[in-house]
Amino acid sequence: MAYSFPEEVLELVLSFLRSDRDRNAVSLVCWSWYEIERWCRHRLFIGNCYAVSPEIVIRRFPEVRAVEMKGKPHFADFNLVPEGWGGYVQPWIRAMAASYPSLEEIRLKRMVVTDESLDLIARSFKYFKVLVLSSCEGFTTDGLASIAANCRNLREIDLRESEVEDLSGHWLSHFPDNCTSLVSLNMSCLGSEVSFPALERLVGRCPSLRTLQLNRAVPLEKLPNLLHRAPQLVEFGTGAYSAEIRPDIYSNVAEAFSVCKQLRGLSGFWDVVPAYIPAMYSACAGITSLDLIYAAIQSPDLVKLISLCPRLQCLWVLDYIEDAGLEALAASCKDLQELRVFPSDPFEAEANVALTEQGLVSVSEGCPKLQSVLYFCRQMSNAALITIARNRPEMVRFRLCIIEPQAPDYLTLEPLDTGFGAIVENCKQLRRLSMSGLLTDRVFEYIGKHAKKLEMLSIAFAGDSDMGLDHVLSGCDSLRKLEIRDCPFGDKALLANAAKLETMRSLWMSSCLVSYGACKLLAQKMPRLNVEVIDERGHPNSRPETCPVEKLYIYRTVAGRRVDMPDFIWTMDKDAGNPEAFVSNGAVEMVGDA
Amino acid sequence: MEIGMNFKETELCLGLPGGGGDISKTSGKRGFAETVDLKLNLLHSDDSDLKENVDNSSSAAGEAVPLKDPVKPPAKAQVVGWPPVRSFRKNVMAKQKSEEATAAFVKVSMDGAPYLRKVDLRMYQSYKELSDALAKMFSSFTMGKYGSQGMIDFMNEGKLMDLLNSSEYVPSYEDKDGDWMLVGDVPWEMFVESCKRLRIMKGSEAIGLAPRAVEKCKSRC
Repeated sequence: MAYSFPEEVLELVLSFLRSDRDRNAVSLVCWSWYEIERWCRHRLFIGNCYAVSPEIVIRRFPEVRAVEMKGKPHFADFNLVPEGWGGYVQPWIRAMAASYPSLEEIRLKRMVVTDESLDLIARSFKYFKVLVLSSCEGFTTDGLASIAANCRNLREIDLRESEVEDLSGHWLSHFPDNCTSLVSLNMSCLGSEVSFPALERLVGRCPSLRTLQLNRAVPLEKLPNLLHRAPQLVEFGTGAYSAEIRPDIYSNVAEAFSVCKQLRGLSGFWDVVPAYIPAMYSACAGITSLDLIYAAIQSPDLVKLISLCPRLQCLWVLDYIEDAGLEALAASCKDLQELRVFPSDPFEAEANVALTEQGLVSVSEGCPKLQSVLYFCRQMSNAALITIARNRPEMVRFRLCIIEPQAPDYLTLEPLDTGFGAIVENCKQLRRLSMSGLLTDRVFEYIGKHAKKLEMLSIAFAGDSDMGLDHVLSGCDSLRKLEIRDCPFGDKALLANAAKLETMRSLWMSSCLVSYGACKLLAQKMPRLNVEVIDERGHPNSRPETCPVEKLYIYRTVAGRRVDMPDFIWTMDKDAGNPEAFVSNGAVEMVGDA
Repeated sequence: MEIGMNFKETELCLGLPGGGGDISKTSGKRGFAETVDLKLNLLHSDDSDLKENVDNSSSAAGEAVPLKDPVKPPAKAQVVGWPPVRSFRKNVMAKQKSEEATAAFVKVSMDGAPYLRKVDLRMYQSYKELSDALAKMFSSFTMGKYGSQGMIDFMNEGKLMDLLNSSEYVPSYEDKDGDWMLVGDVPWEMFVESCKRLRIMKGSEAIGLAPRAVEKCKSRC
């Protein structure tokens, strides 16, 4: 029977497939399905901008309307990736400007974006609607002005945590008077004052505005003006939450909050003056998301606030909340799914707040829907971890940072192997894990054995030998991203598991024991990996082959070696012609085993 | 030559946990190869045990940066990137602590060096400490000619002009007004408040800054 399924029907069917994984699977069925799928894929996700080139992408997917892309490795957030590493979006924008005239959405994370790029976006895409720049850098408010001025249908502009050179607040005034399409504006990362009248007018003329996140420079007194113009807001980020203590300011703010009946998310709260906290109480009953990481609110005030938010699903807070506050959270917020507790004083060895492992245990006991945790604390025990694991077997993301590197179980002085072992053994859906504290190879044995759904693992100051890394690489079937710092992992495990690396997005290793020789060998063995050595001591050739490299970033790619690297990064040659590649019989044997 | 298997060979480049080249399996807390970024480690004033770790064969190619022998870090030493708090948040949260020392991260570049660094100015109490740290970060930068205060002597115009005519490196900074100034012309605290970024440049290039610097200095004196 001839193939009789009309393309149009198949295309319609495929349009219901949203996930990339499904679409990728579909495109492997046969060439005809591959062709149909590629013409109707409109949304692209590129997890590593260097894994593929703009040309390859455009050639395969001609009808793209939304692109999401990530650049720098995650450890760039903690200053481990030197300036100038890369992640430039300009080549992508140039290529897309020529080939995707209907592009509507660009979402970037950890990339370098210039004013030139922003200007090109503004002028190239007539239907441009959504710009999300998450932890990006390299642009100024001039670039934002260009976007504001030229994108007639702009719906979303979100600059979350980007480093923007703030030349002036006037960029906001570049939105034309007839711009009424804005749905979401997040300018919380900007430093300077924006023109307040321009902001008011903009907010007032955009009836669909749902998200408004101000920057610190917007004073509390101005809040009522804005909220009255946008009572339909769903997510609101205040500016500085402080003012002289005056009843008229207070009542204006309180009244403004009460007018916004749809509020579900609150953030901002810089420079909080506790007297003004009750002004937002009217919003609490409906609040599902609360971000207080810039708010130095002490525990008693936090307890009061949280007890008024029974529908809370997501809480980001500083450790001022203390164990007592977390107990109150556990008692009041039964819908809680995500908790992040950040350190108010991360560089102090001594605890400045009464926050211990007990707080997290309480939340794990009281909140049946808890699935995502990021917790900074100064002490932890195996017993606590085991309790948490048993309480919450449906945990999906678990990130624990004990402030002192290699801190043992504070009760028994043992490593925390069994505690984290319990986490991976009980939480079978775990997709992301970050560990800290004193950890031996044992914990990696547990991880390799149990963490079958784990996709991202972050390790620091842990392990004893290559066996640790070997357990992870050979056991974690779903592993996509692995980032390691300051662990005694070396050549053996890496080379023995070389093939695994092609099944992952990337591997980062810094301050470990991987030698330059092994890097070269790996690159020769695995031509579809880019093995990049980052070393600020000069070319690795100037040191013995056995000398460990400072930092190593390995990722799979179909784009070949990149061409935009700074002086202190070298991509290892993939050409296996060099007889020096095989440095010893032992190495050859290892490679044979892989 | 084997790769990676012979830890004795790598010992010269890298201080291993526990020292002495053997990986000891202990159940208690052990020393770890400390990865304090040496260039920022102000407290390690004694360089002698560092020198033992330097790989001799690499000295020809320039300064190798060995990792320190395992030692428990003193309380104030900062390990780079630990705890893993995003620098964006660090800077923002820090700004809020009105009274105390908060982070003041600024970029530092040196003409001719391949990469920028970032330093937290509040980690230092004086120009001398800053210049020591800069010297560790950028090996070709020394402030030997600057005298005991570790800063440019603005009082002595002759000396200042000599310095600016030389090929010595001088540190300059961009202040809040966007002007580029020579480092050292204002009291330390004021400098920390107003410095937005640092650039270490050749004295001869800094000559353009001098008239303004000298003027600003004169008006202050």
